[in-house]
Amino acid sequence: MGILTNKNKQILLGPLSKNNPVVVQMLGICSALAVTSKLEPSLVMAISVTAVVAFANVIISLLRNTIPNRIRIIVQLVVIAALVTIVSEVLKAFAYDVNKQLSVFVGLIITNCILMGRIEAFALGNGPWESFLDGVGNGLGYGIILVIVGFFRELLGSGTLFGYHVIPQAVYDFGYVNNGLMILPPMALITVAVIIWVHRSRNKDLQEN
Amino acid sequence: MNRDSNLYTIVYASVMVILVALGLALTSQSLRSYQKKNEDIDKMMQILRSVRVQTTAADAEATFKSLIKESYLVDENGKQVEGDAFSTDYVKAFASKEALPVFVASIDGETKYIMAMSGAGLWGPLWGYMSVNEDKSTVYGADFSHQGETPGLGAEITQSFFSKEFYDKKLFNEAGEFKSIAIVKPGKTAEGQDYVDGISGGTITSQGVNQMILTSMGGYIKFLTSQKQ
Repeated sequence: MGILTNKNKQILLGPLSKNNPVVVQMLGICSALAVTSKLEPSLVMAISVTAVVAFANVIISLLRNTIPNRIRIIVQLVVIAALVTIVSEVLKAFAYDVNKQLSVFVGLIITNCILMGRIEAFALGNGPWESFLDGVGNGLGYGIILVIVGFFRELLGSGTLFGYHVIPQAVYDFGYVNNGLMILPPMALITVAVIIWVHRSRNKDLQEN
Repeated sequence: MNRDSNLYTIVYASVMVILVALGLALTSQSLRSYQKKNEDIDKMMQILRSVRVQTTAADAEATFKSLIKESYLVDENGKQVEGDAFSTDYVKAFASKEALPVFVASIDGETKYIMAMSGAGLWGPLWGYMSVNEDKSTVYGADFSHQGETPGLGAEITQSFFSKEFYDKKLFNEAGEFKSIAIVKPGKTAEGQDYVDGISGGTITSQGVNQMILTSMGGYIKFLTSQKQ
């Protein structure tokens, strides 16, 4: 088994575009709406989800031949919840500010559909290395969308990026006003929808009739 | 081994739960000291922000030691009581109002009294600090924190644009009656008391802050009036 065979490359890179968890598989939309009003929490959320989904995939993949079928969802949830708790504790110890900003959303990683989705659909039937790649790929695919949405919402909603003002004062003097609507959750939905629109018009094969 | 037997399922679940519990307990224990330190430093930064002093995590402790001259607990009658103001549990303190924390800071030779606040927002607890000048009515500074308010909306109460609105507002009216400081919707006014603008899109959080100032500062009325010069 090669480290990066063609198949594995497909597993890792597929979720970034053609098989993206958010805009194609429609998983994890809920958290994509919640954390993206600023760029920084979007980025930290992306990293946290990538770490959790990758390791949860590996652990479940290693255990896949021992898990009793009747309680497999419970086992998956326990593994995910344990990993999320560890991520949250580590953030509290070493990235206190970010943890404070993300607040409830770290705990809500547990309910992120991408995790259960990937574990059920992939890790239960594949080896640990492929599962790890699948987890990283899907985490990154989710992260890309989060960062794109966060970028536009913070830029248009607050005129800042990572908390720094990027829209010059001169523009405001000219009569430009930050669009407060961008900060509200509905605009995240619309931003995601616009991304899906652009994505599908560039990839005709994804369009359904 | 039959993976569908009841025995296997029960044993599997039990072993898994014990292992996970052990793992989590270990993680929590080994990171506890780092977390405690972060929490303490964060608290010091909050207290210092309420007297208009901005610090970083690195110099918070030293600045705190040099500026905060004294700290004690007072009861509802303004009397000092036993205990440590820094480590006291604010939620419990404000529930009973028997031992409310006061920090005395010296800023440019002037004495500022810092009082704690505790309340509830939309999703969880709110807390904060408010400092007053020597007249014990004019607000010198304030700082607000929250556990789980919505980022970009209610969570904006932590921003300096919000806390700066409180500068030089008065807790007592001309007649010396406690009036608190109202949070109103931007553009609205409040009759007979000082007011500041709330957060657009964070109405419930703003109301929570309004209520928190009223009840928390209300617990300090005797302390604020008893020693007026």
